[in-house]
Amino acid sequence: MSTAHAGRQQGRLWRWVPLAPATLLLVLFLAGPIAYCVWIAFTNTQLTGSSSSDFVGLANFRRAFADENFRNAVWLTLVFTFVSSIVGQNTLGLALAGLMRAASRPVRTLTGALVIAAWVLPEIVAAFLLYAFFRREGTLNAILDWLQLPSQNWLYTLPILAVSFANVWRGTAFSMLIYSAALSEIPKDITEAAQVDGASGARRLWHITLPMIRRSIGTNLMLNTLSTLSVFGLIWAMTRGGPGNRSQTLPVFMYDQAFQKSLIGYGTAVALLLLLVGSLFSLVYLRLMRVEV
Amino acid sequence: MLNRRARARLSADAALLLTAAAFALPLLWLALASVDADADLRVRAPSSLTGDNFTAVLTDEITFTPMLNSLLLCGSATILTVVCAALAAYPLSRYRSRFNRPYLLTILFTTCLPITAIMVPVYGLFVQVDLIDTTYGTSLFLATSQLPFSIWLMKNFMDGVPTVLEEAAWTDGASNFQTLTRVVLPLMGPGVTVVTIYTFIQLWGNFFVPFMLLLTPDQLPASVSIFTFFGNYGSVIYGQLAAFSILYSAPVLILYVLISRRLGGGFALGGAVKG
Repeated sequence: MSTAHAGRQQGRLWRWVPLAPATLLLVLFLAGPIAYCVWIAFTNTQLTGSSSSDFVGLANFRRAFADENFRNAVWLTLVFTFVSSIVGQNTLGLALAGLMRAASRPVRTLTGALVIAAWVLPEIVAAFLLYAFFRREGTLNAILDWLQLPSQNWLYTLPILAVSFANVWRGTAFSMLIYSAALSEIPKDITEAAQVDGASGARRLWHITLPMIRRSIGTNLMLNTLSTLSVFGLIWAMTRGGPGNRSQTLPVFMYDQAFQKSLIGYGTAVALLLLLVGSLFSLVYLRLMRVEV
Repeated sequence: MLNRRARARLSADAALLLTAAAFALPLLWLALASVDADADLRVRAPSSLTGDNFTAVLTDEITFTPMLNSLLLCGSATILTVVCAALAAYPLSRYRSRFNRPYLLTILFTTCLPITAIMVPVYGLFVQVDLIDTTYGTSLFLATSQLPFSIWLMKNFMDGVPTVLEEAAWTDGASNFQTLTRVVLPLMGPGVTVVTIYTFIQLWGNFFVPFMLLLTPDQLPASVSIFTFFGNYGSVIYGQLAAFSILYSAPVLILYVLISRRLGGGFALGGAVKG
């Protein structure tokens, strides 16, 4: 026993060696690019021609805030995040989780399977399916025709709403799973007591259910917002940010500036802003969870 | 009372079915169009049933090469992620030190960062160090992108394995590495499976990373090639697009079903969501 103990003492440093490969990868491929991102954002690096890149200070950022297209992208990102993540995925997820508790088993299973299938499908496939759904000749208009309602070319008239709904379709399962878990942890006797006291459904929801799951709500809102902020493939495959720039959220704008317009420096500055917003949300999230590690 | 409960159930069922229908429509289009001889963009019964769409896309160029590329890319990245995560999780789970908490908090913080945002600098760096357009470079980056979450999950699974058996192994003179591979990992088999499959599913669907880092058409994984296919032919041959989409999605759907039972709500964002 004492030799084993001595051996362990000696291996005090050695025991941390298994951390090395992961740390190396994270430093090289994650911390590295982030540091590079911070550097490039202050230069005027371009994709083409001259390899010269000069330090330009805050010029990229000043340019961004003066750029109408950038402000448009910020606005669209806000709309996209608000509609699809905060209102759509979050509320629908909560509603589904709540309804599932009251519903019969086969309906619950069926709905769960469909919502989750939409979530598991690869992003690009989801984008095609929703593209087909919202197209002029697509299913949505077929239904509207059948209901005698006016149809329109959704991807042209309301592109940002179309991609927002696509994101709701694709991402609601996550909220649904989180809220299902949270709701199942509310002790039954509490809700039943309120029911006996004659509290209406709405009052029970507002005064009992929501306060009891508030940490899950916080967690879910943060994670949804973070994943929505970085949606690229879905929008790119459905509209490419168009028509014009009417569904060009920040990631699409960033890509467009960096690669279509070859302004790597400027695109990276936008990326850095996105990263900052993401970090801010992450910190709030960590704070909110008060993680015990 | 019973009556009211029955009524509540009925209305819940009705509301859920309505939502389910909305979620089902795009999926229904996928299924129907893939067997429709002249599919368009609407959900409708196939004008004539056919398997031609599948036979048409089951060629080297359209299906087999991209799927193989995907397998190579995501498979190698998954193995790398899982091995690194298992190794890293072990000291984090077993030893106490001042440095654990900051490390884990950093990991958790990184989990939430929008990876999309760093793709432009990653592209720049990859060009400079000549990793651009290489499968192994892309695979390394993909592995890293999933690493924080895998470490976090793996550590949580590992925390659930009692330490008694390890102590016995140590007393018998086993090294840390032996203890990890012979005692701990076998005990957390289901956890390792979940991390592996979950990582693979995430990588299989990843579009942006290979879209940015791989250029040569022969190397493109299915996630990108399907996008190219769509751009080139998609507006003409929807049936084939649907068939290809099904073939490409099938592996992850099947894998998900395999682990779904272990993925209850709490998992959704993993061990991370601790009430």
